[in-house]
Amino acid sequence: MSRVDAALRDLRSLDALAARDTPLARVDARALTVTTLAFIVTVVSFDRYAVAALLPLALYPVALAALGDVPAAALLRKLAVAAPFAVMVGLFNPLLDRAPMAIGSVDIAAGWVSFTSILVRFALTVSAALLLVAGTGMNGLAAALRRLGMPRVFTAQLTFLFRYAFVLGGEATRMATARQLRGNGRPMRLAEAGPMLGHLLLRAFARAERIHQAMRARGFDGEVRLLGGRRWQARDTLFVAGWCVWFALVRTVDVPQWLGWLMTGAT
Amino acid sequence: MHMADALLSPAVGATMWVAAGSVLALSARRLDRQSDDRMVPLMGVLGAFIFAAQMINFAIPATGSSGHLGGGLLLAILLGPPAAFIVIASVLTVQALFFADGGLLALGANIFNLGFFPCFLAYPLIYRPLAGDGTSRARVVAASLLAAIIALQLGALGVVLQTIASGISNLSFGTFAALMLPIHLAIGIVEGIVTAVVVLFVLRARPDLFAARTAPTAPLGRLLITFAAAAALIGGVLSWFASGHPDGLEWSLERATTGEAAEEQGVKAWLAQAQQRVAILPDYDFAAPAAAADSEPGTEAAASWPDVKLGTSASGIVGGVLTLVLVFVAGTLLRRTRRSASPPAG
Repeated sequence: MSRVDAALRDLRSLDALAARDTPLARVDARALTVTTLAFIVTVVSFDRYAVAALLPLALYPVALAALGDVPAAALLRKLAVAAPFAVMVGLFNPLLDRAPMAIGSVDIAAGWVSFTSILVRFALTVSAALLLVAGTGMNGLAAALRRLGMPRVFTAQLTFLFRYAFVLGGEATRMATARQLRGNGRPMRLAEAGPMLGHLLLRAFARAERIHQAMRARGFDGEVRLLGGRRWQARDTLFVAGWCVWFALVRTVDVPQWLGWLMTGAT
Repeated sequence: MHMADALLSPAVGATMWVAAGSVLALSARRLDRQSDDRMVPLMGVLGAFIFAAQMINFAIPATGSSGHLGGGLLLAILLGPPAAFIVIASVLTVQALFFADGGLLALGANIFNLGFFPCFLAYPLIYRPLAGDGTSRARVVAASLLAAIIALQLGALGVVLQTIASGISNLSFGTFAALMLPIHLAIGIVEGIVTAVVVLFVLRARPDLFAARTAPTAPLGRLLITFAAAAALIGGVLSWFASGHPDGLEWSLERATTGEAAEEQGVKAWLAQAQQRVAILPDYDFAAPAAAADSEPGTEAAASWPDVKLGTSASGIVGGVLTLVLVFVAGTLLRRTRRSASPPAG
């Protein structure tokens, strides 16, 4: 229960980051969405044994976090919470891929290299997604998706879901707390959880009906209109183009290899 | 279980995005045509209900662990396939963006695994025919159980196939399937029972909520199923060849040309190098079959091929560390200039 509770709090705090006036928030949400997608595709397009070559891409999330004043500790905590699945599946690589691979003068199993690669990919793609929301906020992102051609039904759904997740989440927390206080430490049985979920569902239906009436009373005509119609500016084009050039450069030239060569003179 | 970006290749990720996106677009069009404006708040609130329901954890008998409602099948029962699919897609999108569950590239795969199977396969083909009009409690329980189990098995199978086709993880199909399917059988049984309990409860309290859903399926549902199944099949099969193993044509070309005259080797090597530079999608095991074909199979191919691709020498390590340092220095500088530039009230 506390986990989801904490998750909802995190949800709000991440969204709140976008409400401040930072250089990141001033980037058009569409530009940020498109660039982030290009970033993720670049990351996953690398060879499965790529580790060092991926590192220059870290500039993107690091720069976004800096521009958006996003606390690094919060980002790292979220990464740690989400890591288990990728780590679990990735951990099989060192066990299964035992071909020796020379790292400097030491031979290790190639699986360890691909496992490290999975971890780096994970950190890069997930932090980029989190920073996207920290830059646009949920409503900004939904508006951007709408303007990029996502179906209206879906973007409206995203904003509604986001708005009422907190309301119903609070309701469920109160119900669970009330039961816990009366349950004398007994774990909840399915026979109790079923009717509780049922009641929560009935309340959700009733609330949807009230919301619908309130919307009709305010002139709702079946179409949800999202604010956030900022004009595309030259600096947005610059943002997208600049980062895409960097991604393309890192993809084609092994920057760390080149830097290492510069420093040591050895290949 | 959510698919993760880190385990996906771009070809598989993109294929699943196209599949999920097409189903989403068709569902949206279908809903637009219904033009029932009560659906807008209802879908939003029920999506929020799925979040909230995960806060009500219950003990699973005889295991000591606890479970919660997943909700895919329940949404399909309450809202009908197209609306339920959109709600599930929105829930997964919020989870991918805010909770780092999965990731953006994997979002297509996740929407497909957790949305398409319960909404467009398990609900119309299993739940509805079995449950009938909902007057028989036993039938509702059996239908929910079977539909939830099948939807989750298919979803888990989807995760396995997408992971194997991507070729980032070394797990074999058999091992990964043997891990995932039994876990999801257990999850499916719990999900089916909870769904049945909730459906029976709501049926008793508000039978009118279900009255609207008993209308016969439109042909679009069947069209969607055929289309998406074809897309999944094509995508799955094609990307299997594209990324896990080298492309069939290239591979046979490699084999055919390695025995040829030496001057051809130069041209071929140059072409291969050019292809490596130009390719947007990487050719994961490009070097592996080349090495394997050069030597007899099973000799020292395994030992020699990683070296061909990797520049992990001393300079590689030095360069990697240096890159990280540079990236973080750049980040710190950006932060510092931001702080000094902006007024303290910010």
